[in-house]
Amino acid sequence: MGKNKQTGKKPPAGAAGRVSKARNEVRNNPFEVKINKQKFTVLGRKTKHDVGLPGVSRSKAIKKRKDTLLREYQQRGKSNVFSDKRFGEYDTKLTPEEKMMKRFSMERQKVTDKKTMYNLNEEEELTHYGQSLAALEQMNDAVDSDSDTEERGALSAELTAAHFGGGGLLRRKAAAEQQDEEPEKPKTRKELIEEMIAKSKIEKRERQSQKEKALELTEKLDSDWKAIQGLLSHKTPKSEKVEPEKPKPDDYDMMVRQLVFDIKAKPSDKMKSEEEIAKEEQERLQKLEAERLRRMNGENVKSKKKPKHLSADDLMDGFILDKDDRLMLSYKDGKMNLPESEEIELKTGGNDQDAAAVVHEDSNDAEEGSDAGDDEDNADAEGSDEEEESNASDNHSDLDSNGDSEEDEVLAKVTKKSKKTIKKQPKEDSSQLPFTFDVPESYEDFESLLNEKPTEQQVIILERIQKCNHPSLAQGNKAKLEKLFGFLLDYIMKLAAQETPDLRTVDKMIIPLYNLCQMFPDAAADCVREALQDIARIVNEAVESKGRAAYPALHVLLHFKITGMLFPTSDFWHPVVTPAFTVMSQLLTKCPVASLEDVAAGLFLGCVFLEFVSLSKRFIPELINFLLGILHLATPRKASVDYVVVPPFKLHGKSSELLLIDSTEDSASWVKKNLPLTAINGLDTEDKTEINHFKITCISVSLDLIKRCVDNYGTLPSFREIFSPIEKIICEHLPRNMYPEKIQDLCKKILENIEKRSKKPYSPLAFEKQMPVPLKMFIPKVMPVLEFGKKQGCNKVERERKRLIHKHKREFKGAVREIRRDNQFLAREKLSETMQRDAERKRKTKELYNSLAMQEGEWKALKKRKRKGK
Amino acid sequence: MAARRGKRANRVRGEDGASVRRELDTKLGEVLQSRGNANTVFDILEYLESENDGHVLAAIRTCSKLFESLLEKRELYIGDLPAEADGSSGSLSAEEKYKVWMRHRYNSCVACLVEHLHATSSQVQELALCTLMKFVQVEGKFPLESAIWKDSYRFPHRLLKRIVHGLLQEEKDSTLLLSRFQEYLEYDDVRYYTMTVINERIAQVNRGTKEALPPIFLNNVFGLLSAINMPVEGELSNFLLGQKEKEDDWKPAKLKEQKKAFERVWMGFLKHKLSVSLYKKVLLILHESILPHMSNATMMIDFLTAAYDVGGAISLLALNGLFILIHQHNLEYPDFYKKLYSLLDPSVFHVKYRARFFHLADLFLSSTHLPVYLVAAFAKRLSRLSLTAPPQVLMMMIPFICNLIRRHPACLPLIHRPSAERDLTSDPFVMEEQDPAKSRALESSLWELEALQNHYYPSVVRAANVISRALSTQENDVSELLELSSYELFEKEMKKKFHTVPLEFEAVHGLLGKKHDITADHFSL
Repeated sequence: MGKNKQTGKKPPAGAAGRVSKARNEVRNNPFEVKINKQKFTVLGRKTKHDVGLPGVSRSKAIKKRKDTLLREYQQRGKSNVFSDKRFGEYDTKLTPEEKMMKRFSMERQKVTDKKTMYNLNEEEELTHYGQSLAALEQMNDAVDSDSDTEERGALSAELTAAHFGGGGLLRRKAAAEQQDEEPEKPKTRKELIEEMIAKSKIEKRERQSQKEKALELTEKLDSDWKAIQGLLSHKTPKSEKVEPEKPKPDDYDMMVRQLVFDIKAKPSDKMKSEEEIAKEEQERLQKLEAERLRRMNGENVKSKKKPKHLSADDLMDGFILDKDDRLMLSYKDGKMNLPESEEIELKTGGNDQDAAAVVHEDSNDAEEGSDAGDDEDNADAEGSDEEEESNASDNHSDLDSNGDSEEDEVLAKVTKKSKKTIKKQPKEDSSQLPFTFDVPESYEDFESLLNEKPTEQQVIILERIQKCNHPSLAQGNKAKLEKLFGFLLDYIMKLAAQETPDLRTVDKMIIPLYNLCQMFPDAAADCVREALQDIARIVNEAVESKGRAAYPALHVLLHFKITGMLFPTSDFWHPVVTPAFTVMSQLLTKCPVASLEDVAAGLFLGCVFLEFVSLSKRFIPELINFLLGILHLATPRKASVDYVVVPPFKLHGKSSELLLIDSTEDSASWVKKNLPLTAINGLDTEDKTEINHFKITCISVSLDLIKRCVDNYGTLPSFREIFSPIEKIICEHLPRNMYPEKIQDLCKKILENIEKRSKKPYSPLAFEKQMPVPLKMFIPKVMPVLEFGKKQGCNKVERERKRLIHKHKREFKGAVREIRRDNQFLAREKLSETMQRDAERKRKTKELYNSLAMQEGEWKALKKRKRKGK
Repeated sequence: MAARRGKRANRVRGEDGASVRRELDTKLGEVLQSRGNANTVFDILEYLESENDGHVLAAIRTCSKLFESLLEKRELYIGDLPAEADGSSGSLSAEEKYKVWMRHRYNSCVACLVEHLHATSSQVQELALCTLMKFVQVEGKFPLESAIWKDSYRFPHRLLKRIVHGLLQEEKDSTLLLSRFQEYLEYDDVRYYTMTVINERIAQVNRGTKEALPPIFLNNVFGLLSAINMPVEGELSNFLLGQKEKEDDWKPAKLKEQKKAFERVWMGFLKHKLSVSLYKKVLLILHESILPHMSNATMMIDFLTAAYDVGGAISLLALNGLFILIHQHNLEYPDFYKKLYSLLDPSVFHVKYRARFFHLADLFLSSTHLPVYLVAAFAKRLSRLSLTAPPQVLMMMIPFICNLIRRHPACLPLIHRPSAERDLTSDPFVMEEQDPAKSRALESSLWELEALQNHYYPSVVRAANVISRALSTQENDVSELLELSSYELFEKEMKKKFHTVPLEFEAVHGLLGKKHDITADHFSL
């Protein structure tokens, strides 16, 4: 039956063969073929329509029209429809046999139903293949069909064919058998392809099973290896650590092994020398610096940066396979260097071998080894990464401290101090804190985790969170750690927003913040941008309602400082830094200075602002205005001045003598010391001397900033115009003799610098010389053709649009053509109809004439005869 | 509307208010029923002076109903009212006497309502105003004065005068009430008579104080004046009191008369010395809602030129009015550009009216008949000032200067002087010079824009880079940049798309103490 179905669906093979044969004949007939001539042959272009068969296609079209259009035309005036109610006549799903069977049974049913109504005794006649069984019974056949069961099908078929004349079913079956009997017949293309597919499927299955087997084997091997691994690496797996029977190596053994491994290890795993490391580091920094310079000049980053090669198998999880992450086998002090120590080494922040060794010994007793074996490799991989980084930072601090200026020394001291404190931590805390932390889900969790803990512990917790949830360890870790950045930033802001800002902790927290930022630049950028957005919104609201704003508190200002630490500020445009610039500019121009706190806040902002442009030396008008305003606050009030202060400062405001010093003794006792950051939130002193000292410090800070500005902007074309008000105010209005010597010197220096730099000549402006416009060429423009048959040189949307337009045009033309042809066809049909009608009429007239003529003839003949008869 | 709101408030007040209302309602019924109960009016009037706001509101409503119906029934005395004291003495019939007496009650009620315009509760204020205006309307229909004068007999001039006097208080700011009153000012007749009354009121207050008028009073007057919304043209047909017969010489119906009254009242107001903020307010609306409605706009010349000479923000604002006078009324203003030139100082970039000023400056400088030295002086001065400007201003200023040069190609040497053979030792431009003709701007170059090519804000740099290449002939559209605010710049930056976030490669050690850390030099934790 299945076979039957198949044949029912497709035209029988014989028929197909006949059709293809006919087509071949047509194809080979040169009168049928029309070759579409091509002007040029283009390499690599495939053409579909180089050969056409106009006769065939026309006849096909006409046939189709006859089936559809003509029929419709013929039935145009008819309201009743002929419907064929024979069962399953148009059902293509049914095979003719099934159809017949159903029809037959239905007919039988009808007959029986009707008969039983009136004719109760009539017996049903049983048939077989349409012949009455009664009749069959009468012919007593010798063959007993029940006896030979094996050949029953074949036999019965033949028999039935022989005896009953057979139905279509049997004949077809025979035909199928006939086909099977001739395998030599060349297979069609379709069959060949099917065969190939089947083959390749089998092969594939085989390969898969082989692979599985191999995998199983490797797994087995792995488990075996794990069993003996302990023996090899001299370290029992953790579970077996308790076993007491491990023989204690004696000194001799150890010596021998040490010697053996020492020799073997040396040539392959040579440590990089200090110089090499320094050189590599230098190269890395140079590269980064070059990159930075390029961004600073506003060159396009995207075009220059080539995408890294990505393997198709890359899962984008930051896990690099091709890196050699095997352990270096090395010994130290007679013990093997195991990866756990690396982590601690990191914490000590450098390749300080001795320190690492000491720590290593200490921590060996602690349960550092809780990390499972699999983790070790990963930890090491990341460890080496970060080691590099920390190396980098160390080199930096070294370089810094090598400098001879005072500031650098201070800086170095700070870093050294912090190093020391960090070094101590692991000893004190590692025993009290758990080793693994989950990344907190919400900010509240995060805060409760860190709250009430000393700073060092907080730092350690953060480090551990980062380590335990490194993105390469599990899938969701990346998202979790990205969130951690936001939490940390919020936490830092919370610390800074307290009544007494916990700046020491903030100071420490910056380091993990920086590390997180390095790991997830995009998330960090989003986070900082959001924070900036909030600040900008608040400032804007204040400005819109009152036309001015108050200086924000310390924790808000810290955002800018932190932005500058996380992102490069010298870029021509940067997604985080440029918005930060606009907010800072708005603060400097819209916040009036009304108190000493405001002065401190403004100066802090000024410092950060200047720091941002210290590399790029970009010009900040707001800062100059602000510094001028600050100096104006330090001058005694006068009726009229020959410089112009810029809003938000006013010439005669309420606080226009805010920074005026009123006693020389205080200035004599003044020593330079840094302003505390907390002064931005509020001064805690009422003492007049101290306030005077604070004022002097502010003045000295602003003078120092001016000095830096002068140095930075020395090359600007209108340097003199920019600094002339400041020069004037320092020269003529500032009560310099009230100030300590140091500040007086500073003033002098600034004036000298301004004097020196403003000697520059003014060269009149002129446009840049432009390249002469090239003459028009008449050589054709040669463009690389990337893909044939596609429109070039526009973007995706445009291309799609063009494609659709083109398609529409083609379809439209096709439709018009079809309609025209339909009309022609109909006209032809109509014409033939009328012709036929006319011919019919003519024929009939002729007939009439004929008969009339005949009558006439007969009549005349009769007449003649009569006359003759007369 | 106010009445409905009052009702709701009453309901909140609960039982007490409701009972009072009921009581008042019954009393109202009694009074209207028969003249015998006339003395109950006193009870109602008593409630009018109650402390309780709810009671007052109910009483006002009752009075409104009472006197409206009395007016409609013409039960109030018409004509000159004899004094209360001699009202009782002979010569009048009982009917007359009753009417006189009732008229006196009406007057005291009005007095009380005017008093209530000063009430603390805004509800009471509003309701009192509405009721009074209602009286105006009904009185107009059923006049209380005998018809002697042709013009004002139909309009209760006196009542309106009392109302306006109540509105223009000397001690209390009545902005809220004025905004309510603005609805009535839509009626042409009310507007006209109000304008005539205001002048009287100003004169009266002026006489009372002798010196400068109190600022609150001036503020109130300004509030009322600025609420006047003059019709532009066409037939005036929107009257509170329906016109009975068409009269040609009825003043409120004529736009010309209205304009005259408008002009008179403004001139009367502006005669007085105004505070700076009020000055600014007047100047702000001057060009839009005052000048076009004056019958003779040139009357304002003195005021505007005086304002233009004041300097600072007031000058900036006066510019707009002056522009209209120069443009439409042929005002010849000597040294106008010189004055404009002197207005340019750094604060111009920071004031609120920056956009307006530069819009006008752009208009003034768009004339092609200006001498080159003048345009050059403007361009140079503006570019010198832009050395102190914030980025959002620079974004507008640089295209502005470039447009000046484009319009006046003779200024091109400012940015392109290829033939100069030697460098200058200093900038020849004299910034301090007030006269643009002597500023020597044409000998100079716009080095300031060159300096701005090193600005920290990328878009400013891009704008400033224009001067390095030959200028295109197409002018830039400055109008969109005029009102650019710093926050908009920020938003624009935030909207920019980016692919990668470059990172700082220098590792941090703490909050302070990076390589180029200036903060660390001056601040400590």
